Amino acid sequence: MRAFDYIRAGDTAQAVREGAGQETRFIAGGTNLLDLMKLEVMAPERIVDITRLDLGGIEETQDGGLRIGALVTNSDLAADARVRRGWPVLSRALLAGASGQLRNKATTGGNLLQRTRCYYFYDRGEPCNKREPGSGCAAMGGTNRILAILGTSEHCIATHPSDMAVAMRALGARVEVEGQDGTREIALDAFYRLPADTPHIETVLAPGELITAVILPAPAGGRQIYRKVRDRSSYAFALVSVAAVVEVENGRIAKAQLAFGGLGPMPWRDAKVEKALVGEAPSPALFDRAADILLAEARGHGGNDFKIPLTRRTLAAVLSQATEAAA
Amino acid sequence: MSLETTRQLKHDTPDHDRRLDGMAQGVLGTDMDRPEGPLKVSGRATYAAESRPEGMAHGYLVRAATIGRITGSNAEAIRAMPGVLHVLEDERMIRNAAQGMAGQSPVQKQGQSWYVGQPVACVVAETFEQARHAAQAMMVTIEPDGTHVFDAEAEGAEIDTPEKKQVSQGDLDSAMAQAAFSIDHDYHTPSMSSAAMEPHASIAQWDDEGRVTLRGSYQLLRFNKNELADVLGVAPDKVRILSPYVGGGFGSKLGLAPEAVAAALAAQALGRPVRVVLHRRQVFETVTRRSETKQRIRLACDADGKLTGIGHENLVSQLPGEVFSEPVAQGTHFQYAAPNRVVGHNIARIRRSAAGSVRAPGEAVGVTAFEIAVDELAKSAGIDPLEFRLRNVPDKHPENGKPFSSSTMEATLREGARRFGWQHSQPRQRREGEWWIGTGMAGAVRVNMMIEAHARVVLTGTGARVECDMTDIGTGSYAILTQVAAEMLGFAPAQVETVLGDTDLPPASGSGGSFGAASTSTAVYLACMELRERLAAKIGVKETELTLKDGVATHENRQTPLAEVLGDEEWRALGHLKPGRAGREVRQATWGAIFAEVAVSDVTGETRVRRMDGTFAAGRILNLKTARSQCHGGMIWGIGLALTEALEHDPRDGHMVNRDLAEYHLPVNLDVPQLGVHFIEERDDWANPLQAKGIGELSICGAGAAVVNAIENACGVRVRRLPATLDQVMEGLIAQG
Repeated sequence: MRAFDYIRAGDTAQAVREGAGQETRFIAGGTNLLDLMKLEVMAPERIVDITRLDLGGIEETQDGGLRIGALVTNSDLAADARVRRGWPVLSRALLAGASGQLRNKATTGGNLLQRTRCYYFYDRGEPCNKREPGSGCAAMGGTNRILAILGTSEHCIATHPSDMAVAMRALGARVEVEGQDGTREIALDAFYRLPADTPHIETVLAPGELITAVILPAPAGGRQIYRKVRDRSSYAFALVSVAAVVEVENGRIAKAQLAFGGLGPMPWRDAKVEKALVGEAPSPALFDRAADILLAEARGHGGNDFKIPLTRRTLAAVLSQATEAAA
Repeated sequence: MSLETTRQLKHDTPDHDRRLDGMAQGVLGTDMDRPEGPLKVSGRATYAAESRPEGMAHGYLVRAATIGRITGSNAEAIRAMPGVLHVLEDERMIRNAAQGMAGQSPVQKQGQSWYVGQPVACVVAETFEQARHAAQAMMVTIEPDGTHVFDAEAEGAEIDTPEKKQVSQGDLDSAMAQAAFSIDHDYHTPSMSSAAMEPHASIAQWDDEGRVTLRGSYQLLRFNKNELADVLGVAPDKVRILSPYVGGGFGSKLGLAPEAVAAALAAQALGRPVRVVLHRRQVFETVTRRSETKQRIRLACDADGKLTGIGHENLVSQLPGEVFSEPVAQGTHFQYAAPNRVVGHNIARIRRSAAGSVRAPGEAVGVTAFEIAVDELAKSAGIDPLEFRLRNVPDKHPENGKPFSSSTMEATLREGARRFGWQHSQPRQRREGEWWIGTGMAGAVRVNMMIEAHARVVLTGTGARVECDMTDIGTGSYAILTQVAAEMLGFAPAQVETVLGDTDLPPASGSGGSFGAASTSTAVYLACMELRERLAAKIGVKETELTLKDGVATHENRQTPLAEVLGDEEWRALGHLKPGRAGREVRQATWGAIFAEVAVSDVTGETRVRRMDGTFAAGRILNLKTARSQCHGGMIWGIGLALTEALEHDPRDGHMVNRDLAEYHLPVNLDVPQLGVHFIEERDDWANPLQAKGIGELSICGAGAAVVNAIENACGVRVRRLPATLDQVMEGLIAQG
C-alpha cells in the first residue's frame, strides 16, 4: 500500500471540494477499496473519509418512493421493512451479495462503485486496460469463465460485480450526486459507461462528484424475483443473475422490468426485451424470444460461452415463475 | 531425581495384548474437549506471526512475473525507499516449499525463475506496510530462457514414466475384450490448494552463539529443522523451530517454505528478528499445490459383476527437479481384486508452481475418480453400486497376495448403507419443482502408515507431562496425547500437561499422512509403559497387576497413592517407536463408505448436497470428537472436490489466476448439509500397541465420488471432469434434451 493523505470530511461541501483533487478517492465502508489499495491495484494519493457525513437514513419521498442515503449499509437496507414490503427484489439482491460481515460495512454508494472482480484486474503482473490504460487485456486469451458476454469491447471484458445495482436498475432507480456545481440526479440507466476504448472510466461521475443518495420510484408492484446463479451457495459473484419485476393482468404481461448481473460491464437492462414481453401472453416460446433479443449481441470468449445458454434458461425460469398463476 | 530411561519398540509383530482395553481411567476414546481449546477461542494461543520480539523488522517476498534467468534488479532504488533495511537476493532462497519429510534443503533459487509466482527476493523494512510497498515496487529482470509447457496434456510436455511405478499383471486388453461389461474413460481432477486458514508465517531470531530460533507454522518439525539447517549451512543443533499452534496444514506446511528461509537469512544479515508472513496470494503460489490429474480408468467385469480387469493410468504434473509426484493409484493397488491389472504413472514436467502432498495425496483424487468409474461399470452391468462393491471385496492384497491387517470394507459398506437407508434407483426418477433428486455412494480407502517417533513422559506424584516436538495442526494432538498418558498412568486429563511444537523436545512423528496420532501416541504409550514398569517394580508387583486410576495405584487389594510412591521425585521415560516389518508384511489400511443425496437444478445445473453420511473404521478411535471433526473436514473437502474447488492456471504462462479465497471456491456453510459420521469400533493389532490407525485423511478419499455419482442418479448427467460445475451439468442436461 502506498502512503496516502487521509482527510476526514466534516460536511458534504468539504468532501466534494477535497474529492475533486488529483488521485483522490472517497472512502466509506472500504470493503473493496482497501483490498485494492493493499494490492496497489489502486493507489490513490488522497483518501477522503465520508463516513462522518449526514448521508445515512432511508426516507419516503413525496411520490411514494424511497430516498436511500449513500451511507446506508447493505445490511440495514436489506432489512428495512419498507424495502422488504415495496421493493423486495432489492432486499433479496442485497442478501445474495457478499457475506454478512461485508454487508455490515458496505454502503449503498460504495456498492454502486465496486470495481470488477476480473482476475487480471487484480493482478499487477498482468496487463489490464482498466487498471493501466493501454496495457492490453489479458482476460481475453486467458481464463475468462466469470467475465462478460454483453457490452464488452476489444479492450475489456470485465463485469460489474454488484447484486444491489442489478435490482436497482430493474426498479428504475436514480442516483443523486453532489458536485462543485451543485446537486444533480442521474438515472441509473445513464450512470455507467460501456468500456469502449476507455475501460478505466466506469461511470459518468465527474471528479469530486459524490453519491449522496439513491432514489427509488414508488413501489412497482408485481412479482419481484432476484435469482442469482453462481459457483457456490453463498459468497460468490454472479455468473448470471436476473432481477425481475413482472405483473400479469388478464393473462397478459402488463409490466416487465428486467435487469441482469454477471453479463456485462454494468448492470444490464434492455428495453427491447421488456417491450417484447409486455402485452403478450406468457409462454415458453415468448420467453425464448425475449432471450433471443437479450442475447442477440452476446459474445463469449471461450471460458464464458456457457453464460449464453445459462442466461437463456435462467431468464425463462424466472419469467415462468413470475407469470405462473397464483397457487 | 531425573533419571531418564527409554523403552523402544521396533514394530515387527502384531500386539495382541490390547493393554489399553485393560486400563481403568476411562478417558481414552471419549469425546473429551481439546485442552488448548479455550486458549484458541479466546485468542491466547500464540500462532507463528503473533510473537513480538523486540526490534522485529518485517519482510515481504517479491514475486517473479515471468520465467527465465534472473539477470538483475532495481534493488539499489528499493534500498532507498522509506523504511527499507535490506533487500535479500540471496541464492539460498528457495523457489518453493520443501516436499514432506525431505529433511534437506528444497530446490533453491539458483539465479532462476522456474515458474510465474516464484519468490525471487525479500524486502525487509521497519514496518510491514513499508516492506510490502517496497516489495511491490521491486523489479527483477528476467531473461526468457526458451519456451515452456504449462499444461500436462499439451504437446511437447516432457513426460517421465518411472519404471518402478508401473504395474502390469495378467492381460488387461484381453480382459476388456472378453468382458461382459466394461468401461474406458478419462477422468480429470483439477489443480487444488490446501488453503489452510492460517497463512504461512515465520519469525527468525539469531542469538550470540549463532543459533537461530524460528517461530513458524509447520507440521514436521524434526524434518523442518534439518531442512532449515541445510539451507543455511549450519549444524542442525544450531536451529530451533517452535510451532506450538498451527492454523491448519493439510500438507501445505509439511516442508519448509520460502518465508522461513527468507526470515532466517534476513535476520542473520540484519542482526535483528525478522518476520515474514505470506500474503494469501503468495500462499497459493509458493506452497505446494495438489497436482491436477488425468486418469484413464478401464474396468472389466463378468456377467455377475465380478471384476476381471482394472486399469488405472495416470498423468500428473510437477516442476522439474521435484521428487514427489501425486501417487494417484495408491489405493487402486489393493482396493479391488481383479486378475488382470495395469497401473500407469506418468509425470509431466511443466512450469506450473510445484506440486506436493495435499491432504490424502493419492487417494483423495485417485479413489474419487476410481469410485466414479466403479459406479459407471455397476450401472452398465445393471447392478446396484453397493451390491457391485460387495461382490468385489478382496480377501487379500490383489497385487502381492499379502494379507490385510484387518479389512472393514464390507462392514463399512453394509453399515453405511443401513444408516443412510440406501436404496438404489434409476436416474431421473425423483423431482421436486425444477430440482432433480438423486443419491450416490462411494467407498473410501486410505493406506495406514507409521513413522519413527519419540516422546518423553515425566511422572510426578500428582500428574504427568508429555513432551515432544509433535505438532497439533488443528487435528487434536494435544487432546489425544493427553488422553493416552492419562489413561496409562491413571490421572484425570487435567493432571496431564502436554507440551508440543518445540524441536528442543524429543523428535516425534510430526503431523502428516495421517501417521501422527498413531505414531506419536505409540511413543507416549511406550514411555508410559516404561513408567508403569518402574512403578510396579518400586511397589513390588508385576506391571500387569497394577491398576492406576485417579492418582492411586491398586495392586493385590491394596491402594497406594502415587504421591506416596514418588514423593518429590520426577520420573522421566522416553518412548521410541521404530517402524518395522509389521508395516510391510501385511497391508494396513482404513476403510469407509460415503452416501450422499443431492438436488440438481434442471434449469442451471447447480447442485446442492442435501444429505451426506459417512461410516468409517480406523482402528481404535482415540478421541471421538476430534476424530469426527476430521471426518467432517474430509467430507466437506469431498464436496469441494466434487463441486467447487479448482485452481485455474493461465494457459499462456501457467500462473495461478484465481489465487485468493474469493475466487478459489471452498464450500461455504450453505454448501454443506448436516453431516453424519459414524465409526465402526475396530482393533487392528498389526497397527501398533494402541490398535489405532490414521483417521485424518480417510474421509476425503471417495467423498467427492458419492456426490458426483448422486448427480448422475439425480439427472442422468455423468461428469468426469471435476469439479462438476453448473456449466458442465447444464450442458449435459441440454445434451439430454
